Amino acid sequence: MIRASHISKSFANTLVLHDISAEFEPGKTNLIIGASGSGKTVLLKTLVGLHEADMGEIWYDDTLFNRLPFDRKKSMRKRIGMLFQGGALFDFATVEENVMFPLTMFTGQRYAEKRERVDFCLKRVNLVNVEKRYPAELSGGMQKRVGIARAIALNPSYLFCDEPNSGLDPNTAILIDDLIHEITQEYHITTIVNTHDMNSVMEIGDKVMFIHQGRKWWEGSNRDILYSDNRELNDFVFSSSMTKQFKALSNR
Amino acid sequence: MLKSLLEVCGRYLILMRKVFSRPDRMSVFWRQLLVETEKLGMNSIAIVAIISIFIGAVIALQASFNLESPFIPKMYVGYMTRETMVLEFSSTMVALILAGKIGSNIASEIGSMRITEQIDAMEIMGVNSANYLILPKIVAATVFNPFLMLLSFIVGLFGGWLIVSLTGIITVSQYFDGLQLEFKPHYIIYSMVKMAAFSFVITSVSSFFGYHAYGGSLDVGRSSTRAIVACCVIILITNLVLTQLLL
Repeated sequence: MIRASHISKSFANTLVLHDISAEFEPGKTNLIIGASGSGKTVLLKTLVGLHEADMGEIWYDDTLFNRLPFDRKKSMRKRIGMLFQGGALFDFATVEENVMFPLTMFTGQRYAEKRERVDFCLKRVNLVNVEKRYPAELSGGMQKRVGIARAIALNPSYLFCDEPNSGLDPNTAILIDDLIHEITQEYHITTIVNTHDMNSVMEIGDKVMFIHQGRKWWEGSNRDILYSDNRELNDFVFSSSMTKQFKALSNR
Repeated sequence: MLKSLLEVCGRYLILMRKVFSRPDRMSVFWRQLLVETEKLGMNSIAIVAIISIFIGAVIALQASFNLESPFIPKMYVGYMTRETMVLEFSSTMVALILAGKIGSNIASEIGSMRITEQIDAMEIMGVNSANYLILPKIVAATVFNPFLMLLSFIVGLFGGWLIVSLTGIITVSQYFDGLQLEFKPHYIIYSMVKMAAFSFVITSVSSFFGYHAYGGSLDVGRSSTRAIVACCVIILITNLVLTQLLL
């Protein structure tokens, strides 16, 4: 479980996150949603430790993560996997080397063992015969899947995904969503997904947190959204006239 | 101005502290070191050799045209070629050329990795990205480039010999006599030490600018330009200081 308690973060006197508290449970896909510029990426990066919180506490199970000394934080990171918006695959490495990278850096495994794990991870994300290709030779969806394979290579306890299906067609986006959802349940990982894709919210949002102007505005499950009367949430989720009609029908 | 300069120096020192820590895995470091030696050192051999051969030839020609007095022995053409190559060209000028070649390469490579979140990905995994990416570059260039200086020196003298042989401005034996005249071997050490220092400057400063790039591809370009300018200025200042200290 990851627990954020009264997190605030500002950049050059601009308050981006304001007193956010939340709990993200293991085995569930926890979604952070919000408009562009609402602060959801900053929140995700603060939770994962890429930004230092100005105030507040971030707990990873029983460990106060944001106050850990450098060395302990570093060893904690081996239990964290992250999928970046653009994939963030290493250009200089092949798919195999990308997925193998954390294994090479942190395990004393021999090549055959690492290779076996790489095969397993790639198979898990439904990728075959791409080991020797470079990221630039892959489609966006394939890059995301390699990113997931790399993120799960070390059997993480915590998985962070920053807009995993941005730039993907709806079918591929659903495949990626399903993959994240399956992996979360299969390995009982605490997964936090940052998205503004409403398909994702409805598909895999076991728990959804809506961020508005740097504050936690609303929290609930994907089903709860249909019945919520929170104006800002409804404006964000049901922004088109068609979805507004859908909401009206649901509430009938 | 002074405040921002101090801020940049502070950030540079913090980065260097991260860079000069024990690598997460030594075997990976050695492998990276070989890769960087090839990329930053071996791949610069051709450009250094081409420039040095022409500069050596030009120095010999210019020296010969300027030594018109019958009281100055012609062998001084060789002497001047040797001294110019060893004291300044093969270290300082070659370093300035390398600042353009490998400095921009490093800044844009690391800058691109920064803006595409590859560095963040490493940090998330618990890898010391500064150490992994920058230390092999610094070590490779600092150790290998002094040999590039040596190569430049030898090739430059060869260029001088070539032009002397082809044009007959002086005899080859006069040229070789000049090369051996009052030869001070510690000049070579001085020049190699300078080159090692310059290589450290080039790799660490351009890595710093790349590592702190932000925004998009335009910013990577800007970082790269800033890196080259900063490298050139620091090389010139370092040259002055080292010359005062070592000669």
